[in-house]
Amino acid sequence: MKYETVIGLEVHVELATNSKIFCSCSAHSYGAQPNEHVCPACCGMPGMLPVVNKRVVDYGIKAGLMLGCDINRTTTFDKKSYYYPDLPAAYQTTQWFAPVAVNGLVEIETSKGKKGIRIKQIHMEEDAGKLVHDIREDTTHVDFNRTSVPLIEIVSQPDLSSAEEVEAYLERLKTLLRYARVAECEMAHGTMRCDVNLSVRPVGSNKLGVRTEMKNMNSIEAIKRAIEYETARHIDAVENGTEVLVQETRRWDDIKGKSYAMRTKETAGDYRYFPDPNVMPVVIDEAWFESMKNSLPEFPEVKRARYMQEYGLSEYDAEQLTKSIALCECFEGASAVCGSPKDATNWILSEIMNLLNLRQMTYDMLTVNGKSLGELILLVSNGKVGRANAKKVLSAMFDNPELSPEKYAEENGLIISNDTGLIDKVVKEIVASDPKSVADYKGGKEKALMALFGRCMKTLKGNCDPQVLRKILIDYIAKV
Amino acid sequence: MKIYNAKKEITCDRKIVVDDMILTTDMPTTAGSKMLDGYVSLFEAEVLTRAGNAGYGVIGKTSVGEFAIDLVGETAQDGALIEDGILKSATAEAIKSGDAICAITLDVNGSVRRSVAQNSLVSVKPTYGTVSRYGTIPVACSGETVSVVAKTATACRELLDVIAGHDDKDGTSLPETEIAKVSETKPVRRIALLTDMTKGVDEETSARLDAFSKKLTALGVEVVSVENSIIPVSRVAWNILMSAELCNNVSRYDGVKYGYRAQNFTNIDELYTNSRTEAFGELLKTAIIFGSETLSTENYMKVYDKALRVRRVIVEEFARLFADYDAVLTPACSMMAYPESVRADKYISYKENFYTAPASITGLPAVVAEGAQLIGKAFSENALLDLVALCEKEGK
Repeated sequence: MKYETVIGLEVHVELATNSKIFCSCSAHSYGAQPNEHVCPACCGMPGMLPVVNKRVVDYGIKAGLMLGCDINRTTTFDKKSYYYPDLPAAYQTTQWFAPVAVNGLVEIETSKGKKGIRIKQIHMEEDAGKLVHDIREDTTHVDFNRTSVPLIEIVSQPDLSSAEEVEAYLERLKTLLRYARVAECEMAHGTMRCDVNLSVRPVGSNKLGVRTEMKNMNSIEAIKRAIEYETARHIDAVENGTEVLVQETRRWDDIKGKSYAMRTKETAGDYRYFPDPNVMPVVIDEAWFESMKNSLPEFPEVKRARYMQEYGLSEYDAEQLTKSIALCECFEGASAVCGSPKDATNWILSEIMNLLNLRQMTYDMLTVNGKSLGELILLVSNGKVGRANAKKVLSAMFDNPELSPEKYAEENGLIISNDTGLIDKVVKEIVASDPKSVADYKGGKEKALMALFGRCMKTLKGNCDPQVLRKILIDYIAKV
Repeated sequence: MKIYNAKKEITCDRKIVVDDMILTTDMPTTAGSKMLDGYVSLFEAEVLTRAGNAGYGVIGKTSVGEFAIDLVGETAQDGALIEDGILKSATAEAIKSGDAICAITLDVNGSVRRSVAQNSLVSVKPTYGTVSRYGTIPVACSGETVSVVAKTATACRELLDVIAGHDDKDGTSLPETEIAKVSETKPVRRIALLTDMTKGVDEETSARLDAFSKKLTALGVEVVSVENSIIPVSRVAWNILMSAELCNNVSRYDGVKYGYRAQNFTNIDELYTNSRTEAFGELLKTAIIFGSETLSTENYMKVYDKALRVRRVIVEEFARLFADYDAVLTPACSMMAYPESVRADKYISYKENFYTAPASITGLPAVVAEGAQLIGKAFSENALLDLVALCEKEGK
């Protein structure tokens, strides 16, 4: 018999706000010392009251709109109770009754073509802390840095049917959420996490099989492996009766390549949800809603088509630029200022890419603003700054996004000099200091001229038009 | 009397006490529970900062019953205060003795109002959201309110003026423009005496209510007896909401991070269970179990959600009454003194809050004076206090 896999995903995404969801502690827990970003509020101490970080709701709305959801204009927060040492108040504030976004649709593309994946809902919630087990001492330590860091949970309908589709869906979520600049979505950093609900059924059947939920996959590759393993396990159980499937939560062990049932104690229980009386319902009025809608970027494929049509870019270049909203913003800004989309593209895809790689930065981390890049391109095309020096300016722009390229070039002596007197003087000195090269050149060796040219250029610190220098040099040698 | 001594010497004239639900950084705050024995907060309640800035000095803390849900404080971890077989309240004693001119308390389940009525003091439970709850031990957050107790309405008013106001640290704190309405309310002219709320009171309580009613009439206020069968339902709904919120709010006390920890345990679950079993008193355990049940998946819609709907109905019922009346008059308790024997009924505070639940569940302002209770429209606390001040003047 042929079977099909039915998969629904619960994806947790950490929102990229500066502060936590209900207090002003830093939300950037990745890489911090344990318990560096904590206060009595996120430690659940009595007497502190939650105050909703508006930016979190902004991001929740944006995420909902990017994923084609309807936005609940009155969205509320609820308490979810359970005991776990990483949850200091013994409840998590989440959205149970009126989540920020519902009924979305995300289009994915796989080798089998395009498919729409329905989103059931997106809710905002606070993250829990982290337990660090010390095997040597047989103790467990609690780190509350991550406690109350804002998350959204994106719950899909069971519309996915293969590991390939899951990968395409997760990549699509990443792209859209990164485009809206609401999240980093880096599984390796824990800013995107995914639980897989999976069941199998004979092809053609409408009845869903027994569903299991898998946790603890730390990469897309691990998710794919887990789906393949779990699908085979389910089919084997149904087909051969090797085991009885039960609805349960399972932990994926990527090293062993197997899933294991979690202790029922960790999973069972009644969460006793109820509206949090300390958090007033959040009313999203028309003005707020519109401002969020207007702040959204075009979808990548829309941008790509526009770049080809409007700016005349090649499909390859358009594809490269639209990989990241940061590159797009830089490109659009630079093109507007310098008037040459071609130059802007070249600068971004060569020099900026190089610098990003060198500095081990992702595309989204680019802070160079388009306007400044456009000014730099103009300086080069107007012959005011040499290309080699322009790269130095660009590097400085990476360190300081506010930097004015022209001012920086001026202050650091990177402007091309039109002072032929200075060039004459340098040529005279270099030629006088190297009679051998002069003789070689006169004897017919072109390479000798290049050596002289190079030394002149170096002495002039690159601040001269190469054509002008070359002419003066040749003319002078002819005279000697 | 159980008053913790303040560490600092207080030299100012405006000496106050605060009850043990209000967090202080120089004295422990225990919420009357063994669970928080010796707990010293890292931060101070907003109301204390405001009172301090206005020249009030805290001379000490008065004990409360465990998480302030009992009658008048008899379940305090350091024992009940009993005098001549009568249950006493530490806060009321501190004011009566003249040691302090005012008290700042957290009105969770009406114990403040009951002891004020029984001791002929004055208290004001202001409109929900006008006084910050930042730095108060959370129990029943949807209804509990910081309240002020004094010998006179004027003294209450002076301290309330100081502590009321918007606070960014409390998400339920109303905007300043809303809070400003407290100074715009009209004088109280017509009062509904809710006859259905006087059921079950003893003769003395009834007599006090009559006397107060007559005093008001003498001042030209019209007092009309009104039958109302909806307001008395408040108690049942409030008990559900209060217990559910309490259950959730006290879950954080697990013996791990601070407070009481059991000596004997072999794993984390036992640590939780033993600490909570040993530290929580019987009334609290009852509330936890009751609250937990009302929130279970099985009961949520049948019980908790229904209680929320009842709250809405009661709010609307008060609004309907306030179309014709400026305030309602009810007792604050069923008797003018609780003999020690009432403690035999372990659910007594779940019954006696019949009189205090309407103002708790709606967040409406309530002023207790002369042994009776006035519940007013939202933001009418000043008008209620003005009326009581007028009575006081007449009495002299």
